[in-house]
Amino acid sequence: MIPASFEYHRPGSVDEVVSLLAELGEEGRVLAGGHSLIPMMKLRLAEPAHLIDLTGVEGLRGIAEVEGAIHIGAMTTQAEIIKSDALAERCPILREAAELIADPQVRALGTIGGNAANGDPGNDIPAVMMAVDAAYVLRGSDGERTVAARDFYQGPFETALAVGEFLTAIRIPAPPAGQGQAYCKLKRKVGDYAIAATAVTLAVDGGVCGQAAVALTNVGITPLYAEAASTALVGTAVDAAAVEAAVEAAVAITDPAADLRGPVEYRRHAAGVMTRRAIETALARAKGG
Amino acid sequence: MAKTDIKLTVNGQEAAGSVEPRTLLIHFLREQLGLTGSHIGCETSHCGACTVDLNGKSVKSCTVFAVQADGGEVLTVEGLAQGGELHPLQAAFAEDHGLQCGFCTPGMLVRAHRLLQENPDPSDAEVRVGISGNLCRCTGYQNIVKAIRNAAQAMREKEAAQ
Amino acid sequence: MSETKTETAAEREAALGGIGCDKRRKEDARFIRGQGNYIDDIKLPNMVFGDFVRSPYAHARIKSIDAEKAKAVPGVIAVLTAADLKPLNLHWMPTLAGDTQAVLADEKVHFQNQEVAFVIAEDRYAAADGIQLVDVDYEELPVLIDPKKALEDGAPILREDVKDKDEVGQGPRRHPNHIFNWQSGDKDATDKAFAGAQVTVKEEIFYQRVHPAPIETCGCVASMDAVSGRLTLYGTFQAPHVVRTIVSLIAGLPESKIRVISPDVGGGFGNKVGAYPGYVCAIVGSIVLGRPVKWIESRIDNISTTAFARDYHMTGELAADKDGKITGLRANVLADHGAFNTHAQPMKWPAGFFNIVTGSYDVPTAHVTVDGVYTNKAPGGVSYRCSFRVTEAAYLIERMLDVLAQKIGVDKAEIRLRNFIKPEQFPYNSCLGWEYDSGDYPAALKQAMKAVGYEDLRKEQAEKRARGELMGIGIATFTEIVGAGPSRNCDILGIKMFESCEIRVHPTGSATARLGTKSTGQGHETTYAQIIATEIGIPSDLITVEEGDTDTAPYGLGTYGSRTTPVGAAAAARAGRKIREKAKKIAAHMLEVSENDLEWDVDRFTVKGVPDLSATMKDIAMAAYSNLPEGLEHGLEVVDYYDPPNMTYPFGAYICVVDVNRHTGEISVRSFYALDDCGTRINPMIIEGQVHGGLTEAFGIAMGQEIVYDDMGNVLGASFLDYFMPTAVETPHWETDHTVTPSPHHPLGAKGVGESPNVGGVPAFSNAVVDAFAHLGVTHMPMPHAAWRVWQTCHELGIDK
Repeated sequence: MIPASFEYHRPGSVDEVVSLLAELGEEGRVLAGGHSLIPMMKLRLAEPAHLIDLTGVEGLRGIAEVEGAIHIGAMTTQAEIIKSDALAERCPILREAAELIADPQVRALGTIGGNAANGDPGNDIPAVMMAVDAAYVLRGSDGERTVAARDFYQGPFETALAVGEFLTAIRIPAPPAGQGQAYCKLKRKVGDYAIAATAVTLAVDGGVCGQAAVALTNVGITPLYAEAASTALVGTAVDAAAVEAAVEAAVAITDPAADLRGPVEYRRHAAGVMTRRAIETALARAKGG
Repeated sequence: MAKTDIKLTVNGQEAAGSVEPRTLLIHFLREQLGLTGSHIGCETSHCGACTVDLNGKSVKSCTVFAVQADGGEVLTVEGLAQGGELHPLQAAFAEDHGLQCGFCTPGMLVRAHRLLQENPDPSDAEVRVGISGNLCRCTGYQNIVKAIRNAAQAMREKEAAQ
Repeated sequence: MSETKTETAAEREAALGGIGCDKRRKEDARFIRGQGNYIDDIKLPNMVFGDFVRSPYAHARIKSIDAEKAKAVPGVIAVLTAADLKPLNLHWMPTLAGDTQAVLADEKVHFQNQEVAFVIAEDRYAAADGIQLVDVDYEELPVLIDPKKALEDGAPILREDVKDKDEVGQGPRRHPNHIFNWQSGDKDATDKAFAGAQVTVKEEIFYQRVHPAPIETCGCVASMDAVSGRLTLYGTFQAPHVVRTIVSLIAGLPESKIRVISPDVGGGFGNKVGAYPGYVCAIVGSIVLGRPVKWIESRIDNISTTAFARDYHMTGELAADKDGKITGLRANVLADHGAFNTHAQPMKWPAGFFNIVTGSYDVPTAHVTVDGVYTNKAPGGVSYRCSFRVTEAAYLIERMLDVLAQKIGVDKAEIRLRNFIKPEQFPYNSCLGWEYDSGDYPAALKQAMKAVGYEDLRKEQAEKRARGELMGIGIATFTEIVGAGPSRNCDILGIKMFESCEIRVHPTGSATARLGTKSTGQGHETTYAQIIATEIGIPSDLITVEEGDTDTAPYGLGTYGSRTTPVGAAAAARAGRKIREKAKKIAAHMLEVSENDLEWDVDRFTVKGVPDLSATMKDIAMAAYSNLPEGLEHGLEVVDYYDPPNMTYPFGAYICVVDVNRHTGEISVRSFYALDDCGTRINPMIIEGQVHGGLTEAFGIAMGQEIVYDDMGNVLGASFLDYFMPTAVETPHWETDHTVTPSPHHPLGAKGVGESPNVGGVPAFSNAVVDAFAHLGVTHMPMPHAAWRVWQTCHELGIDK
């Protein structure tokens, strides 16, 4: 349980990171909180020759409101996400999800960017970002580009990040008025990966759902944006039939693996239960204010 | 692999060493500084026996490289007692039978120390969540929760008296 | 001679800090300061570090091992393989069960992560680099994971080394993958009871493979002094003297040249009883290199290679009359011991004390068979927080009682009350050969039922069922059998399972006690001092207790199977009494009276009828070295070796209440009440702590722990990421209670308690879960009761929507 040797870099600016990544190519990996990467290195499932520690990079940390949108630096920790009352006010699903990630020590170092970008389908943040329709700001030697969270995930630990690129920030559009949000996670114990989890945002106006987004954690090779489920809610009163249709549509796209958290059939069922629970919770919150 | 010199403050004292980049903080503390109070129980950042305070945060030192702590401030169980006087948490763990084999205890104490900084008057449920990153196989947690709450009360009373 | 102070006897007794008080623990002073001294804290000059190359395959032939690249890694010193150990005859080692175990895989690997080569390096970083570069060429062989297939014709033969042997240490066997067949009871009488029974029930009950997983893994430091020829072996040993004897037998060193030291041990629970390849390789490494060698397991190594527990495939059957009075019991077990038979229990007992399976019940006749088989899994079969195989037995009988109750429609408390051994039947001779020492089972259950409001709970359950909700009430009224054990039937390597205590009372009135047991967190330094304080009248604060150093402690068999209190504490009490006997002679001399004129009074001998005329133990201690009657030897030191006349039989009544979410299968433990009767209570605070811990381990086992293998023999989930370890959040709140029924044969009346909560806890949880579905016709559900499994039951019943 000892990592292989590597060279350590501690750049101070985004530009330095970019040039290090350009220079090192596939041999370089960025290190954020390290709580996914370091255990992988200790198991020697990951052996990067160079680690680029983002801790000292200026401008990657913090939560800000920019023209109504929420900008979160990639190196913002889960603990900071939880602590931010302003964020909880504007986009409560982030605190709700972050509190379900790992444990206090891991949240003290684990970052929102790391959780979003490393491509582990078991991570909680990706589905949340899909549900709030976030955009990821990526930097590389060709400059900056943004990719929608919903388009970012391509396979297990495979993402839209190109070699030489890294995630610097997450931008969340201003949540519409009357939106309710919920993240419901079924898990064996504190800190565990989800058996299944669902993130939902939905807005109701005059009893009619004007916007809805449903996304799922750990029930496929990537986090899943459940487009059909989202569509099934829009324009309805989010009544029993609409919820049922959305749940069915969400379950239909799941393709979980059997593991110690349960067989395939159970995990698909659980995805349905979590989706129903998340829709109902989000609806209640939408109606409640 | 070339070694890097690091310098940090550990339990209020300057500490320096030369480490490989891959040297884990827990090994630096235990092997180079001889601070063997913090333990290794799982290596995958689940058990929390290696918990130390780094720059005012509870962290699992088996999942932090020593180079990352360069320039930082570390508190381990060895630094809890001040001037020969036990920290209220240490006293409460002994008083309330909050430990048995003692192996998880240092990590548990250091974690509880930070928890009480963040929340000086936690409920049972808040304590349980607060120590959910620290596994104990002996006590069933019940007396640990009791000890932390009693220590919290002692600390509040001490504060109020000052 | 008389004291001027006029403390009352009660005050003097309180000052002793003896038996019965909640004395705070002496060992905590170092643990809370981070000054414990655990195995990985030991650092010797010139020490090096060794670790294993492990097999990725569960069954494969080793075609070649190439360590050249590994040896070229800076810092790597040596790589040991079976070929290196062979000339020393150390490539295999005997097991405590009469089998042999590969130290380093010899031609074949038999389970995933088996030890293949031992890389020794300057530090653990270089060792890890070296391990990665050892090239092993394997040829995969067919894998046998299902023990039910092990005995089939044509099953792959796993142990080629013993395939032609008629027996492998525990009696005749009938197949190359068969280890032993063990039987107990009267088959004909049992068959007859079943043939004539008004009611019979039968259930397949599997107690899954689990692991003790103490927070500290196993490890050792071996240090051979080439000049003196002395080997010092530090390690995580629950039984240091037994380790010394084994090392002597394996390595051919005289025991006088071996010193085994168990420093502070971070939990054991049975994991640290056995002898593992890491110990042997560290010793060989130290002998070869002339440097101390440290070996420390990783967590994955721990769960996947050392000391699993259970893995019992059981079939239970009860015969009864129409009122539920049991008339016969049958149990057949297929025991999966993995690749080598390395279970650790008294050698005459290949299935441990599984024949305690009649439990707390007056069963007139029974018959039990257990067959051990080899599979391509990690070897073992240790007692994880239980006396040998008692958890499995208690699980079976407590489950079967519920099955019977459901069959005849009787309440689950009532079925127990109808079948309990009655208080007046003690000492009770069970049909399977045990003599139960004492107990009052009905009183315990009735007290438990009253405490939880049992009738109201059943009413609430009925109301909930009417609403379609699932609530379960689980009862376990278990009996343990602990304190191995009497020399007539308990030995390890022929050594009888006595326990020892040496007491030295020093001239100025303090004492040092040394014992053959070893605390792994139970607080022996405190509780032994309490016992001795009460026996010899010296305050427990002035009594230093030492364990775990074979150079200083008298020979003992160690701590496991809850044997410390039944055997070790008895030795401590008796050693104290020997001290007192001699002290009495000295006091008589000091007070110039006859011994017959003296009576013991808390901390002194007093002349009968003249309370002012007394000699305190403190004064007697000095006199023992300065003022002795003629004919008496100097000093006040004794040693006692205690051979228990019988086992002790702690018991308890546990009631667990759960709510079940029928949509997700999640179980929520609403309450758990545990009444334990462990006889005389030495330190109630410590007893309660033991119960909390044992219940929490039971909770983990019942609700989520299982070492799972896929068809290829890959062990799934051997890290704490996957292996279910409850945190403070999931762990229920425990409510404890007690009754006291002393053991009539134990010098203190004490019985031991550390393992009861695990033995009784698991069936209480399981019975509660199944009870939630009892009205739907469910009689058994497989453990662990992970949400997915519970959901499967809901799904099959069509109630999950």
